[in-house]
Amino acid sequence: MTASVLAVRGVCKRFGGFAALSGVSLQVRPTERLGIIGPNGSGKTTLINCISGSARADAGSIDFNGVDITRLPAHRRAHLGMARSFQIPRPFFSLSAAENVLVPIEYVRHRGSLHGARDRREAMALLEQMGLADKADLPAGALPQVDLRKLELARAMAANPTLLLLDEVMAGLSSAEVDEVLDIVLTLNQQGVSIIMIEHIMRAIMRFSQRVVCLDAGQIVAEGTPAEVAEHPEVRRIYLGA
Amino acid sequence: MRGGNRFLAAAVLAIITAVALAQVVQNEYFFFASYVVLQFVVLATAWNILGGYAGYVNFGSGAFFAVGAYTAVALIKAIDAPLILQLVAAFVLSGLLGFGVGALTLRLRGIFFSIATVAVAVICETAVVNWRFVGGSRGLAILQPAAPLWFESYTRFLFVVMALIAVLAVALARYIQISWIGRGLRAIRDDEDAAECAGVPTLKLKLAAAALSGALMGVAGAPFPLYMSFIEPTSAFSLNYAVSALAMPIIGGTSSWVGPVIGAVLLASVQQIVTVTVSSELNVLVVGVLLVGFVVAAPEGLLGLTARLARRSGLARASIRTPGDDTGQHPRVAEAPTDAGRP
Repeated sequence: MTASVLAVRGVCKRFGGFAALSGVSLQVRPTERLGIIGPNGSGKTTLINCISGSARADAGSIDFNGVDITRLPAHRRAHLGMARSFQIPRPFFSLSAAENVLVPIEYVRHRGSLHGARDRREAMALLEQMGLADKADLPAGALPQVDLRKLELARAMAANPTLLLLDEVMAGLSSAEVDEVLDIVLTLNQQGVSIIMIEHIMRAIMRFSQRVVCLDAGQIVAEGTPAEVAEHPEVRRIYLGA
Repeated sequence: MRGGNRFLAAAVLAIITAVALAQVVQNEYFFFASYVVLQFVVLATAWNILGGYAGYVNFGSGAFFAVGAYTAVALIKAIDAPLILQLVAAFVLSGLLGFGVGALTLRLRGIFFSIATVAVAVICETAVVNWRFVGGSRGLAILQPAAPLWFESYTRFLFVVMALIAVLAVALARYIQISWIGRGLRAIRDDEDAAECAGVPTLKLKLAAAALSGALMGVAGAPFPLYMSFIEPTSAFSLNYAVSALAMPIIGGTSSWVGPVIGAVLLASVQQIVTVTVSSELNVLVVGVLLVGFVVAAPEGLLGLTARLARRSGLARASIRTPGDDTGQHPRVAEAPTDAGRP
């Protein structure tokens, strides 16, 4: 078995009597693009939360680059090279766009070193890459939806991650905007970042993924290439009711 | 850093002014009143480090202030400690209290810390009331030492000491605000989950802020017994400290170190004037009414209000418009993600 960036083994998560995840296992190889699909309530976001540390898995284990991170707080996972975006953009509203990106630069990328000018330059470079350079000094709360999505990406990338977790980064975007954001994501992947992406937009997930996993009721019901998963009888049953 | 140099110059100027005033001004009441104003600058600045930057509201500032004051009293009675030792001990003990309350409650988000600070105020006051050594509920008279060389009276000396503390506290708050620490604290206030995922060690940062905030409040209270020449629990734990410590930053504006300074100077001065001209009971009412007024009409304080007015008048001239300017508020994300693209 080749060394994997992420190894999730038998992860379970319950909310009271509701089992959001029951025994999910998956692996992500270096520079792989993994798509996760599944109906609402199937546990996609819970899985991302368990991987990123926003929630703790009740059972099972998660290894990240060979380190057992099952019990680590989220900021430690970020320091190890994991970054995420949120389903609903959650920027730091009162901070400017540039400051939003500065936070992970100061707390992860160059933790403990004090080079204000360099940090700012790097933040600007990231905003530039996302096409947000002219909005660097606006408060994040004043940005429109598509810019917030890009800001989420910029903030995630500012931590220099080896694994990027994207939770519906394209939700609510127009078709042209979806392509724009998808191009950015694919560029990031070419720079050597492994990416897990949750997405409902089928066109995007087909173009993005090398491998697709389909979740239903907290379990993986199908796995394979995008084409294989799209043809999988279980997936067709879930989505088409046939 | 031009801004840094300008701040340093202003800080040095403030201290020189305080020393000069102590030599020049004849009216002793001036120092008696100015000391209180400076003391509130320290309290408000300390409160804002946790309450303003990180958004965790401390309702028990009076307790931290009184712990500082009673630390000083205990040291005076026990070993006749010099003022500097009282200040250092107050800093440490109040800081530990802040850290302790934080360690118990800051693992949880939301109001638990605030509730605990109310409890701390009650517990500390009860403890002091029953502690004979520092005078219990009847209080204790404390003799002011002879005024140090260069100073006409001990009150003048304490005025200069408090000015020095205020300048140091403000400098510290300013450094925190413009550094990565402040950015981390503000990230916590805006969205704690997102801050964690961006690599901010939220618990550690909150604890550090709670400890520092408490420590500075303690330092504000340490010279209080010598200043009054008397200490008793009701005045040391006065509700006025708890209310003012949070009202002043809110009225001034919590987003910057300037806000608490403006709020404290303004409100404490008004309080002093009201105390002299009307009555000493009415001054708490003044704070309360102003606080309600600002929370309703200008929740971002004087800083936010002036910024909004400046922007409005600037808009007429400049053609650059940014979304959100019209209301002065940042629109929150209105669209929830939809499942529209679902296969």
